[in-house]
This record gives sequence, C-alpha cells and structure tokens, in this order.
Amino acid sequence: MHGVFDIVGPVMIGPSSSHTAGAVRLGLMARKILGEPAVKAEINLHGSFAQTYRGHGTDKALIAGILGFSPEDERIRDALMLAQQQGLDFSFQTVNLEGAHPNTAVIYLVGATGRVARVRGASVGGGNILITNIDGYSVELTGQYPALITIHRDRPGVITQVTQILSRYEVNIAFMRVSRQNRGETAMMIMELDDQPADEVMEECREVYEVENAFTIPAI
Amino acid sequence: MINFNTMGELIAMAEEKELPIHEIVIAREMHVSQRPRAAIIELMQQNWAVMQASIKRGIKNTEHSVSGLTGGDSKKLFAGKEKGYLGTQALAAAAYAVGISEVNAVMGRIVACPTAGSCGIVPAALYAAREERKLSDEVIIKALFTAAGIGMVVDQNASIAGAEGGCQAECGTAAGMAAGALVELAGGTPSMVGNACALSIKNLLGLVCDPVAGLVEVPCVKRNGFAVVEAMLAADMTLAGIRSVIPVDEVIDAMNRIGKSLPKSLRETSEGGLATTPTAKAVERRIYPDS
Repeated sequence: MHGVFDIVGPVMIGPSSSHTAGAVRLGLMARKILGEPAVKAEINLHGSFAQTYRGHGTDKALIAGILGFSPEDERIRDALMLAQQQGLDFSFQTVNLEGAHPNTAVIYLVGATGRVARVRGASVGGGNILITNIDGYSVELTGQYPALITIHRDRPGVITQVTQILSRYEVNIAFMRVSRQNRGETAMMIMELDDQPADEVMEECREVYEVENAFTIPAI
Repeated sequence: MINFNTMGELIAMAEEKELPIHEIVIAREMHVSQRPRAAIIELMQQNWAVMQASIKRGIKNTEHSVSGLTGGDSKKLFAGKEKGYLGTQALAAAAYAVGISEVNAVMGRIVACPTAGSCGIVPAALYAAREERKLSDEVIIKALFTAAGIGMVVDQNASIAGAEGGCQAECGTAAGMAAGALVELAGGTPSMVGNACALSIKNLLGLVCDPVAGLVEVPCVKRNGFAVVEAMLAADMTLAGIRSVIPVDEVIDAMNRIGKSLPKSLRETSEGGLATTPTAKAVERRIYPDS
C-alpha cells in the first residue's frame, strides 16, 4: 500500500504528473548523468510526449530539469526563456521509437567541457521515471536511489572488486545490473544503493585496473 | 503494527481504539516511514500551505492556459457566490476547486490529491469548511490525513489513475476523500466517514476520462468544481442520518470492476467521448497543427 504522501502529494508544477513532473525528473537525471552544466540539448520525443508536449509543457519541463530545477520549481514555465539566457542551445524533434513506452524522451546533451551523454527514459506515471539507456547501454534506473555507475573493461573479477569496496564501506546495494556492447570490450555496471557513496568509495572504484570511469548519480 | 487494507478495517480499528480515523492513518505512516509524528505533521502542513496558496492564486487568476481552453472561470464564480442557487459556502468551494485546477493548467504549483487532474477537490472542501466554521489549520491538517487514508484504501483496492480506471478513479476518489474528511470535521464517527465516502464515490461511478486534446483542462477543470459540491452533499446527507445501502468497501470494489470494464478509449487516451467530438477535434487541430 502507498503512503500518505503518495496520495496527498507530491507538491508539483502542473498540469500533469506524467507529462510535466515526470518530464522534469527525466531532464534532471540526464543533467546528473552528464555531470556538468549542459550547453546543448537535442531532445527526441516519442508517443504521447510527441503528440501533446506543447499543451502539457513537457518541453519546458524537460529543459527545466536539464537546467537543474526540481519538479516543484515555479520557474519551470519560463524554462525555455531561462535556457536561452543561460546559453543552453536546445531543439526538439518528434520521433517514432518502435515498442517504446508512450512517454519516452531521448536526451542528447553536450556539457560545458565537451562531455556528451545520450539518455533515454520514460515517464511511467505519477511523476515516476525509468531511465532505460545511457550512451548505448541498457539500464534500469528510477532516480529513487543514489546510483554508482562504472564504465569498465568486460573482464572477469571487476564486479567482485567493486562490490568489495562497497562492502568495506558498508554501502548496501539495493539493485544491480551489468550490460555490455560486445564481449571483452567496454561494459557498464549500474548499482542502486541505499546510501550515497562517499568520495573515497568513488576514488577506490576508479583505482580498479579495469575501470575506465566511475561516477555517481544522486537520487532525485 | 497498525495496518489496514479496507475502509472496514480502518473504521473498525478506529472504533475499537476510540480514536478518529486520522490517528490510525498517522500511526500507520509513522510505522511505515519510521519518522516521528512531528515530522509527518510538518510535511502535511507544508502540503496545506501549498494548497492554500493555490486557492488564493486561483480565485484571482485571469491567465489562460497555453491551449487557451481554461482560465478566469474561478474568478467569475467567486465574484458571484452571493447570488447563486447553491449558497455561499458551496459556491466558494466550487470556485476554489476550479481555481486550483486553473493554477495547475497554467503550470503553477499544486499538491496532487490524489492526482494533478483532481487536485482541486479536497483542498477546496476543507478551505471552505475552515472559512465557514472558523476552524484551525491544525484541525484541517488532521482531516487531510483522514482524506489520505481513504485515498490509500481506494488506491489499494481499485485505482487512482485515470489511465487505469477513468475519471471515477481520480475525481471520484477525491470526492470520496473530501466527503469523509468533511464528516470527520463535523464530528462524525468513523463509520459515518465511511458512509460519506460510499455515497460520494457511488454517485461518480462510471465517470470516464476523455480529456480534450489530451490536456488536463476540459472537462477536468470545471469537473473539480462539480465534484467538490457533490462531496459536500454526500457529507451533509450522512450528517442528516442518510445511510448508503451499499457499504463503502463494496462501492470501492464496484469502482474497481467498472474501471476494468471501461474501454481503453475512455481511459485517458483521448480516443473517445468528449475528446472525439467535432469541437474537440477542431481544438486539437488548432493546438497541434503539425500532427
């Protein structure tokens, strides 16, 4: 059974929990995955998002999230203008993605230092989201837990080494998923954790030989 | 631990412990969230503050939504509340409910209750009661827990999503929540709270979700106004001693079964009902010229 504040709540900017509040959270996750302010955003909208995005302010909501606003921030309605002021170049396209959830967005971001991220996710109802792909890797990320992500070489023992570090710092793993593009090449591991991992944890993870990069995404 | 899955269990627990329903709901929330009572009350206070701000903004609102379909009606209704058939309190409540929904439509800040599409009903009923009966915020915040308890039971045994159960799941649930909370505010017993909830939901059974152009505006905004008045009548009927023949949990079960038999075209897809009228289609072409 849901709790009191799932029924009376959340506080949000209207008009729609799935098309507005959820869209802000999708944008916010993409921004957190990029890990730095974005200077360029190319957004593809599928299904109901593509059909109704103007009327529901889904475009404003996604951009607001990319700017780092929360789903209850009253600046969401002015997000497109604020993005222009802050030097974020953005564009929207409607697309048809075979078999995708009706409220799906694919967000391609370029950061201030040139970093890029391609994030695909859906607003699955009541403001909840599911990120399903990051940079070509299949993932399942809800934003409800802090996540630890590693990009590493697909070799035996990497998972053990990383989870041992977490174990030593007494960080509990709630959900975990590993995916790769091709055997023996680059792989991605995503762990949703009960607590945000400390900086030392991340440093140790990056020191694992096969790990090319490790970063965290805070819960949103 | 304190837990309940049905209105019957919630009412029995309250009566056995000789406590109002909100105390059972608060106790369960403390247990499940592992947070102290003060923290939970504080969160509800914050929600009530946002609700009140949305009412004050709503009754003055003259801004139209991006689609142009809604805006300014709450102000008209509020201005004429002394002259109507319904009486000042009911008309003020309707104006509050429409106002909150207009704020939602112009991308203002609201509290989903239980959803954004039905966000006006519970706060409008409670705000009007507070004004009319000079109640304290403390009492209203407790009533919000009673409303939440009702919504939790409906969510558990039927649905609160228009895409699953049609509008009966959204505005119907909200009206049931509001009616129950109003009865408790007037000193009604836990079983009277359940009775008001039954009467209110029963009258909105079968309500479909067929929004014009897929937007949370037509018929949603004005429907919030209708639904709060309906909830007030259900509360008044209960307080007058009128009993629902069908008990509240059976009404909720009927709502669940009706929701499951509604065609997809009438569950938030805008593929039927009002959404496919010639006028709605023309609105759609105007808002989305490229699709």
